[in-house]
Amino acid sequence: MNLFNIIEEIENVDPEVYGRISERRDVIKNITSFGSKVALAAMPFAIGTIFKKAYAQTTTTPSVVAILNYALTLEYLESTFYNAGKAKGTALIPAAAATNYFNQVTTDENNHVTFLKGVITSLGAIPVSAPEIDLTAGNGSNAGPFADVLTNYQTFLAVAQVFEDTGVRAYKGQAANILANKAAAEGVKAGLYQTVLTAALGIHAVEARHASAIRSIRGATPWITSTATLGNDTGIGLVNANYDGEQNVSQGGVDVTTLKSVAGSTTSVAIATAAFDEALSMDQVLAILQGSFLVKH
Amino acid sequence: MKTDSQESMLNANMARRSFLRYAGVGVASVGLLATAASCHKDHKIIPSANAIDLGAKGDIAILNYAYALEQLEAAFYLQVAATPYSGITSSETALLTDIRDHEVLHREFFKAALGASAIPALTPDFSTINFSSRASVLGAAAAFEDTGVTAYDGAGYLIDNAAYLLIAGKIVSVEARHAALIRNLITPGSFAGADVVDPTTSINKSATIAEVLKIANTYLKTKVSAVNYGYTVA
Repeated sequence: MNLFNIIEEIENVDPEVYGRISERRDVIKNITSFGSKVALAAMPFAIGTIFKKAYAQTTTTPSVVAILNYALTLEYLESTFYNAGKAKGTALIPAAAATNYFNQVTTDENNHVTFLKGVITSLGAIPVSAPEIDLTAGNGSNAGPFADVLTNYQTFLAVAQVFEDTGVRAYKGQAANILANKAAAEGVKAGLYQTVLTAALGIHAVEARHASAIRSIRGATPWITSTATLGNDTGIGLVNANYDGEQNVSQGGVDVTTLKSVAGSTTSVAIATAAFDEALSMDQVLAILQGSFLVKH
Repeated sequence: MKTDSQESMLNANMARRSFLRYAGVGVASVGLLATAASCHKDHKIIPSANAIDLGAKGDIAILNYAYALEQLEAAFYLQVAATPYSGITSSETALLTDIRDHEVLHREFFKAALGASAIPALTPDFSTINFSSRASVLGAAAAFEDTGVTAYDGAGYLIDNAAYLLIAGKIVSVEARHAALIRNLITPGSFAGADVVDPTTSINKSATIAEVLKIANTYLKTKVSAVNYGYTVA
């Protein structure tokens, strides 16, 4: 195996290979330093790691099925949460709140699970199984920071709000990935792209409706009202990552705080951040949930 | 083809006579999205006797569709805030004022982003709404918000550019938050009612451009058509 020939071959196909990795010299240095540290048999993996890093941005758009399974995982989390809360009855959720709010939300999340499983199956793929969940965010200890989530209504409400707001962000983050799969989806079946994107947007909107209702119960604004430096408006520092980025005021290249408002020639950060919800990538969401709500061994 | 004389007529008749008097805000026009879009110069706003058309199929038409709806919503909430219904609570005032400001910002954002490709300012017609009645105002508000959500959800697949799709996503969830709030103000617990969310799948309903514009036009003096998306004003 001649590693230098491999690099040259790649250079023929992708003249920017060195830019992607770093400098040509560094490529060679990386290879030789890897070579000195790892056994010859492991070399292909070492090389693979270098290029996986270099090409990560262009090769990791998830497939439609992967996106749907990711959505299903999030819906499993939400449905597990609401079903557990509902099972506690009035010991946890006041009767009026159950009637007016949580029965509806629980039904919706269970319906989302059923719907996504059905879509994934209809595409000839296998829906992921329900993940191991710890509703206290304790990674399986059931003694995490939200230890009283199923005994203290205020904690239950707070976690519900965070799940819903995060769910909105998670779905939003997949819209562009679904678009990137447009040709592939249409290759499977004409109209599949429209079906999948519209369904994802439709679930996204329902999560936003839930978020609005639950935020109102908690006495918060139904929309996420950030400051210039902090996206999180829940007052719970532990969930800063769930809201990070909500403080963004730049939309399509326009700093929307510079636009006119009823109040004057500019728009406040509060209005600018509340008027636009922000997305979270799959990696961001999984980094937040795995090892806390989603048990990681 | 749009001629210069038609364009100047359009500017004079539509833009000048805009509902900025409702808004009390001026014009900011930067044209960032329009600059980014290569089809900018191909975009034609087709004036007709009784309607402004969204123009050639493409992202600019969809963005103008959103701009038209945001103009309508902004004008509505500006009127609500200017002439509050009788018995309005301080909490309702605060919430409706926030929504007004969101909608005004959405409108200003599309205007700035579309720049020269933007459709003119539209003149609303709210003669069917009784602004002194809570039921009338909140009923109309719910209709605007729910329609807005179905409009964005239904038009998402027509957007080609990922950045524009993301922006539509950023706005539609805020409209859904508005919709849920307004519905709960009317009837607690109706935030995801079966009339707007499919009770079997729990997926928000979506609507076509034709379905949405037909409703929107009942609140517009300046009608909006979308000939290339199958909707002509009767």
